[in-house]
Amino acid sequence: MDPKKEFDFFDRPKVIRGLWISLYVVCGLLIIPDFFSRAEPHFGLDGFLGFYALLGFVSCSVLILFSKAVGLLLKKREDYYDD
Amino acid sequence: MMTDFPPGIILIAGAFLVPFFKGKTRSLYTILLPAATFFYISQISSGNAGAIHFFGFDLTLLRADKLSKVFGYIFTLNAFAAFIYASYLKDSAHHMAALVYIGSSLGVVFAGDLVSLYFFWETMAVASTFLILARRTPKAQEAAMRYILIHIFGGLLLLAGIILHITQTGSVAFGPMADRNPATWLILIGILVNAAAPPFSAWLSDAYPESTVVGGVILSAYTTKTAVYTLVRGFPGWEILVVVGCVMTLYGIIYALLENDMRRILAYSIINQVGFMVTGVGIGTAMSLNGSVAHAFCHIIYKALLWMSAGSVLYMTGKSRCTDLGGLYKTMPWTLIFGAVGALSISSFPATSGFTSKSLIIDGAVQSHLFWVWLILEIASAGVFLHAGIKFPYFVFFAKDRGLRPGETHLSMLTAMGFMSFLCIFLGLYPQPLYDLLPFEVSYQAYTFHHVMSQLQLLMFSALVFFLFLPLLKRTETISLDTDWFYRKGGRLFYRFMARTLNPINAVCEQFFIGGLVRIVAHLFRDIIARLSLFVMVTFWMLTGLRGERLRMKKLNLYADVMGGTCPVGLGAAAATAFLVLVFVLM
Repeated sequence: MDPKKEFDFFDRPKVIRGLWISLYVVCGLLIIPDFFSRAEPHFGLDGFLGFYALLGFVSCSVLILFSKAVGLLLKKREDYYDD
Repeated sequence: MMTDFPPGIILIAGAFLVPFFKGKTRSLYTILLPAATFFYISQISSGNAGAIHFFGFDLTLLRADKLSKVFGYIFTLNAFAAFIYASYLKDSAHHMAALVYIGSSLGVVFAGDLVSLYFFWETMAVASTFLILARRTPKAQEAAMRYILIHIFGGLLLLAGIILHITQTGSVAFGPMADRNPATWLILIGILVNAAAPPFSAWLSDAYPESTVVGGVILSAYTTKTAVYTLVRGFPGWEILVVVGCVMTLYGIIYALLENDMRRILAYSIINQVGFMVTGVGIGTAMSLNGSVAHAFCHIIYKALLWMSAGSVLYMTGKSRCTDLGGLYKTMPWTLIFGAVGALSISSFPATSGFTSKSLIIDGAVQSHLFWVWLILEIASAGVFLHAGIKFPYFVFFAKDRGLRPGETHLSMLTAMGFMSFLCIFLGLYPQPLYDLLPFEVSYQAYTFHHVMSQLQLLMFSALVFFLFLPLLKRTETISLDTDWFYRKGGRLFYRFMARTLNPINAVCEQFFIGGLVRIVAHLFRDIIARLSLFVMVTFWMLTGLRGERLRMKKLNLYADVMGGTCPVGLGAAAATAFLVLVFVLM
């Protein structure tokens, strides 16, 4: 295939920047409806503004940091089990 | 229509005809076989049939109810798609192993008693091992060996539990286990080994990624999901399963985040997803049990789709480590799109099947007011998007371009993926046909405004975290230690430890007992006799007047004779007679 004609849409810096911006925008937009209407909370906690957004953000951060920490202990070279 | 033979028999018997077909006919045959079985299952009326008398047990090979049928449908549906995917394969042994494996899994879900369930359970273990061996690499062979050993271990626990249970109750029937005694606990643990519950989960992440391209697609569906079926049937409402399930959901995520091999990421996400189902069984309400069944149904589809997508990449590039892959969107766009549908489905993205099935389990937890369970399941849902939803497609198809230009995969593979993608979206938009198949009546509406919004918030902020933390998630050429360490490395270390401690003890003992003590004792025994003889004989000789050099010579000769065991026979006989006379006198 001619490298000039290759489909490289997602490698373009402009596109990547655009995707970043749209990710922030989507996240922002998803909070807005919470100001007007929120589901009847069942446990109390789940009735807060942007609860699920916060839950997603915090729990994923903790999961990544935690796995990074246990990775220090559990990650080994690929030939670890070889004799 | 005759409906008194178990549907699994069609596939198992059909497997032995595979070698008689060649090329396209064989592909067509293996695709039509599960399709015919699917149709047959739809024709089975509810009730028990297929009764046989076996070694004094009344076995029921065909128990048809909503629960067994829904698993029957998805098992054959998935087999149908998997054989479309596999139609490029030329290896007939592969097809045979797969058909026996799938047929036995149907045997398990339609078995009405514990004995035939156990029989099919073990057949599954054996047949599935061949799907790993078929990769024909030393690594696959080793992994297959560990895989079968763990399954034999689990099978023995199950067998012990079944035997105890039958002796206690006098019945082989398999239904909800009410009593909590050693028998039912053993059965439960035996099943949990197959459900890949930690600490017995490492067989899955160890062996599945070593299987063949098609093997992975097929393996991902049956072993763990028959375990889910048996849990739903036998252990609904066992609270321990809530704990086990919640641990599984988080365990799978942590390991999937650490992994570098794309198929190992998917293997860990099976553990995570089965965790949701196990939790649903533990909650034990109609809603949550329905959720577990529905989720198993949808999971089989999107997980097979993900394995198909990863399999296509492996097939085309020969690589499966994230550190070797990247930038494939340029040349494998369809594989990416289908893989992305699977990735969105596993993440329960609205409009995909995961959204309409997993919500039943989470709602089950909410309705039972289980705050911590609900919270963990929501956290795990966010985590799924992280590791399977984004990590897998991102590192394989985007991330760093490694210069791979493999081109799009086989048409048969794309067809199968297209079919599975369609099912994912269809069941996501219109889940009612699936809900109608569930064991309990459902009135559930997944698509409320708030439900969709909360799910989107959860997922999009997870995505945000993924990209913000991307530097931390950079792949490394490593493996992660799991519980298989204990038998892979631990076994070896134990051996070495034993060799290092026991061998020196052995050597010291040998030196002391064999080299020292025995020789001394042997010498002493000869020496004492020689000295005794000398004592007697010298006294005798002295009495007869023997003195000087002659006496010395006689003493030396006698000592040498006794020590060397070369006394004249007459002398020994005389000594023995004297001894007997002595004994006689003393008595």
